[in-house]
Amino acid sequence: MADTRPSASIEAVESGLAAQGYIASRQIATAVYLAQQIEKPILVEGPAGVGKTELAKAIAAWRGMKMIRLQCYEGLDEAKALYEWKYAKQLLYTQILKDKLGEVLGGAPTLEAALNQLHDFGDVFFSKEFVEPRPLLQALEQPAGCVLLVDEIDKSDAEFESLLLEILSDFQVTIPELGTVVAVSPPTVILTSNSERDLGDALKRRCLHLHIGFPEQKLEERIVESRVSGISQTLRRQMVGFINEVRTLDLKKLPSVSETIDWARVLVLLQAPELGHEVVKDTLNVLLKYEADIEATMPQVSTFIAKASRQGVFG
Amino acid sequence: MRENLHRFFRAARGAGVRLSPAESIDAMRAVSKVGFTDRSILRDTFLLTLAKTQDEKKALGDCFDLFFDQPEPESPPEDGKADEQGTQGSNAASDSPGETSGGDEQAEGLGQLAQMLLAQDRNQISAAIANAASAASLSDIRYFTQRGIFSGRILDQMGLQRLRDDLDNLTATNPALAERLTNALDGLRGTVRDTVSQALMLYGREEAESLRNEILRNAPLSRIEPRQVEQMRHLIRQIARRLRERYSKPRKRQRRGHLDVRRTIRRNAAWGGVPFLTAWKRRHRDKPKIVALCDVSGSVARVSDFFLLLIHSLHEVVDDVRSFAFSGHLIEVSDILESKSPEEAMSEIMSKVGFGSSDYGSSLDDFEHGWMNAITPQTTVIVLGDARSNNLDPRADVLRRIAERSKRLVWLNPEGRMAWGWGDSEMPRYSTFCTVVRQCATAKQLERAVSDIVASYQ
Repeated sequence: MADTRPSASIEAVESGLAAQGYIASRQIATAVYLAQQIEKPILVEGPAGVGKTELAKAIAAWRGMKMIRLQCYEGLDEAKALYEWKYAKQLLYTQILKDKLGEVLGGAPTLEAALNQLHDFGDVFFSKEFVEPRPLLQALEQPAGCVLLVDEIDKSDAEFESLLLEILSDFQVTIPELGTVVAVSPPTVILTSNSERDLGDALKRRCLHLHIGFPEQKLEERIVESRVSGISQTLRRQMVGFINEVRTLDLKKLPSVSETIDWARVLVLLQAPELGHEVVKDTLNVLLKYEADIEATMPQVSTFIAKASRQGVFG
Repeated sequence: MRENLHRFFRAARGAGVRLSPAESIDAMRAVSKVGFTDRSILRDTFLLTLAKTQDEKKALGDCFDLFFDQPEPESPPEDGKADEQGTQGSNAASDSPGETSGGDEQAEGLGQLAQMLLAQDRNQISAAIANAASAASLSDIRYFTQRGIFSGRILDQMGLQRLRDDLDNLTATNPALAERLTNALDGLRGTVRDTVSQALMLYGREEAESLRNEILRNAPLSRIEPRQVEQMRHLIRQIARRLRERYSKPRKRQRRGHLDVRRTIRRNAAWGGVPFLTAWKRRHRDKPKIVALCDVSGSVARVSDFFLLLIHSLHEVVDDVRSFAFSGHLIEVSDILESKSPEEAMSEIMSKVGFGSSDYGSSLDDFEHGWMNAITPQTTVIVLGDARSNNLDPRADVLRRIAERSKRLVWLNPEGRMAWGWGDSEMPRYSTFCTVVRQCATAKQLERAVSDIVASYQ
């Protein structure tokens, strides 16, 4: 058993992702490391905008692999996710090859002989050339491996989940006419979910379960630092403190990391030296997405700013 | 090492984390990759591979902390249980010569346990406790009443008998040493007791919980104590989850029965009406629509509370629920229940209509005038109450009209059958119009009643 290697390689994951602008917590890095080591998909859950999709992008960029994305929605089915026959091409080819067929079968005296001859040519029209690979099949066919992102799996139907099971556990799919397609090199699979509905146990069992919540203050400051250039340290600390205060409120949609980054960009654009009452009130709509939420936060703004700047002094 | 992992998995199951063998295999594979050296990484690994929900993550985290933080004799030296077992062999080998050279000369001729206690070698003692604990199969502990038995077994396993003999001999020959030994023995007893209590928390939780739930399921809802209310809510949520799992998935009906001629012809129009594809008539199934009328006066209030909680946690199964609460008069409470937490909702409902003496007649009258159109031929109407109308006019005629409009009329009465019709109970008059009347006093009966109602739509 390795003594120091695992922690060192987990740190390597952390720094690798950081180089792509994704600041990962220790848990995320451990998950990514383990996913690679024991070849299991990661199921990422958490509120919207905490960087679930970004994680997949960062992994792909870090490892220099292609990212294949499958956006799930209600009614997504096999034909759109896995493969489809190119019907038009099949039809066209049969038309073109009509004469050829006549030639081939011309020599046959009886219908039975013709049929036997036809059998010898095999299933020409149901071969690989006529399969249109959709994201899942594409992912299996990448020779150098890839990152397969199955985004918002909770939006799809329960049947689609079952379709995924074979891919997730064995990295293979079965196409009735062709047989089983096994992955050339196993892709790194990331599934994301907003927990809109409960996923099946069978799916959960096949995955590493990673929950990304709102980051701690220190981590969030680092994220802002890496994402938004030209923001001063005091402003950064104040705004992250402010957002952490807002998250304690009872809101419809709590501001998450993506909103933090957006807000930081806005503040830099407005060249705000520090968090002031007016600036916050004017830009609160960047942070909060519902009128009711903004109204609930407005009266608290002054206290939150005071708290956040006090933290800045002592922290 | 593997032994330890297995014990941890068992403890995790006890903590309420559902673990399948496949998951434990995955966890083992993951652990073999990350190793045991860094405890926080090990913790993350278990959380990633074993826990599947946020709640499970929390439970598993607590369980991990408890499991890998074994009680140590006296002041705890910092080494995990994992290392202990691994290094135990070398420990015993290296310690015994050191002990004889630096320790007391009188210690010779004493039993192993006595020597160990006198030497005050913490690592060795805790290793011995761990060994004795697994020999006494401590992980089988289930109930708190077993604590004494297991402590005794562990001490016996460690050689308490020999120690007693040694003590007897020493009191005669060397009283000072005997006293030291007695003190050390007391310390040992304490440590063993701690070990056993911790094992109980780890392994016994599941049993204790299921026992408690079983008692709670059969306890009368109207008479449970305030401190049990939270547990009861938890239990009701479990019941709701079970019902959801059972009824939410539309199970496919078998395709047999009558041919749907119209659809068959339409479907086969492309082949000139030659029926290649057949279409069968399917029974159309609608999701349950429920109108619930709940008495919130006096003793029935608690039962109504849990009933409303259950009905409103069945979103996936039940299409449409409208709830009404009454005692003296009747109001609709669906919105309150949808928008607030159970506690708040109930207190608001109680402040609006609760605490009056119940008047079934005028409440039914209120319903007929205000919301009669909520009842369709697909609706199941559930009335929950004891039908004690304080000798006021019961207005059974309104109930008859409700029964005529609805698919089913179910009356749930928290009182036992024996009490129906006694005193001011109007149950016999009402029950003539009800499709079903059943007693509903415990969580178990509640579950069965709701399950039957939902099942009648399947």
